[in-house]
Amino acid sequence: MEIMEGSRAVAEAVKACRPNVIAAYPITPQTHIVEEISRMVADGELVSEYVRVESEHSAMSVCVGASATGARTYTATTSQGMALMHEVLFNAAGLRLPIVMTAANRSLSAPINIWNDHQDMISERDSGWIQLYSEDAQEASDMIIQAYKIAEDHDILLPVMIGMDGFILTHVHEPVELCSQEKVDDFLPLYDPIQYLTTENPLSFGTIVYPNTYTEFRYMIHEAMKKAERKIVDVASEFQDKFGRYYGGLIDTYEADDADLLILAMGSVIGTAKDAVDELRSEGKKVGIVKVRCYRPFPAEAIVESTKDAKAIAVLDKNISLGYEGALYTDVKSALYGKNGPLAMGFVLGLGGRDINKKTIKNIVAKADKAIKSGIFEAETEFVDLDLEVL
Amino acid sequence: MKEIRIHGRGGQGVVTSAELITLAAFDDGKFSHAFPFFGFERRGAPIVSFVRIDECPIRLRSHIYNPDYVIVQDPTLLDVVDVTSGLRPDGMVIANTEKEPEKLGLEGKIRIRTINATKIAMDVLGRPIMNTALIGAFAGATGEVSVDSIKNAVKSRFPGDMGEKNAEAVQKAYDMMRG
Repeated sequence: MEIMEGSRAVAEAVKACRPNVIAAYPITPQTHIVEEISRMVADGELVSEYVRVESEHSAMSVCVGASATGARTYTATTSQGMALMHEVLFNAAGLRLPIVMTAANRSLSAPINIWNDHQDMISERDSGWIQLYSEDAQEASDMIIQAYKIAEDHDILLPVMIGMDGFILTHVHEPVELCSQEKVDDFLPLYDPIQYLTTENPLSFGTIVYPNTYTEFRYMIHEAMKKAERKIVDVASEFQDKFGRYYGGLIDTYEADDADLLILAMGSVIGTAKDAVDELRSEGKKVGIVKVRCYRPFPAEAIVESTKDAKAIAVLDKNISLGYEGALYTDVKSALYGKNGPLAMGFVLGLGGRDINKKTIKNIVAKADKAIKSGIFEAETEFVDLDLEVL
Repeated sequence: MKEIRIHGRGGQGVVTSAELITLAAFDDGKFSHAFPFFGFERRGAPIVSFVRIDECPIRLRSHIYNPDYVIVQDPTLLDVVDVTSGLRPDGMVIANTEKEPEKLGLEGKIRIRTINATKIAMDVLGRPIMNTALIGAFAGATGEVSVDSIKNAVKSRFPGDMGEKNAEAVQKAYDMMRG
């Protein structure tokens, strides 16, 4: 283990995966990742084609073109950059191209804000990309290696985006253990595309499809997503066997077995929540955590199973589907429908970098506790720590 | 767990200071992490950086509200930023200034150590880059990290003559604090 910045931990994992083509446009707080990778390429540490593009739309387009030739590709972006990629993201998934991307999760304008929430990835929920969220620098790094193995599987062939909270994880310096090149080479075979563009055997990708077959293409992507659920779990185990580190499958749990109240959340807030839960447990409160690692495909079954014995769940969303509620809350309630599961409360928090501390978590737990006791649950989403003075 | 908050201005190496303390603590056999909070990157803007040191792996990701130690890199910040906000009763401020602790205008019963780190930097490095000297002073005043680990961190971050000179500045500030 050594102390390194989260961004560098990701760049090192990307290098170990030997991508053939990298295309990226720098944007805060993703910058350190692509700066480090471009340095590796310039210094000859990583033999790869690094394409400096004029926008994120082009970055993703280069990845799509390169991936279609059978190249292993990587990019990273965030916020407005991801929004600019939007239409190309759908193409990457529709063309079944196993591109891997890191999202240094950040809020969306306006008003402009460079800090962390999950609105960028949540807003690409339906693009056909597998979405994974990481808790710390180590997980953000290790998931790169796992992501290629998931994405390039012939049963899956879907792109994967890995969320790491902007600044909180991209700029943290903390202990990380890097995977050796030898072990990564052993774990991750070369990409073996089924079809690829070549001058010897010309093909066309993405030609027009009429109403009589479009649905079938969408269905096949959906089926691949469903298969990815199993694959993500299997790859997590294989990774554990090889490297000794495990983060859970689609979800992970913490102090959940006998918990009356479970907190459901994604990303780096899990770490803070774990510390808060330890303190609450020492006061005799039966609180636990369900860490949602995979948001698409959505692990409905795993969530139902892990929450079935709880009295209530508090769903934490670093995003808001304006006019309704947090996206994770909506999906969790949908999963629980008709299952006679726990009562669910939704909390929107941590938007645009609003700090989440142990007290924030404890206040949420106290609120949920009160609701369990009184039996009165507010169905509406609560905005945590809303500053009425600013309104 | 020990929590440290570093106040400085953009361009003064606030982030680097936090990183170096983190490296040194890890080198001492502890767990540690460092992270900055800055706005839109501008030279001269007030910046805060955070460090945590613990015996076990650190999971907490929130800002630091009740620091054990506050390091102030730039004395002009004292008029602009409430640097002692939330400081623990047994906590300490380590400030880079030519003034005596009682002349800083910080109210309350606060332990304050001051050092003219900028002068040390000018004497040893020939440039007013005082952050390495100041973390040497932090090591001396608090004993939370060993001076050897700080010097190793500085030398690994700045290889060659630059590293050696910065390590000299670290030792000088450390010795002054140790008296």
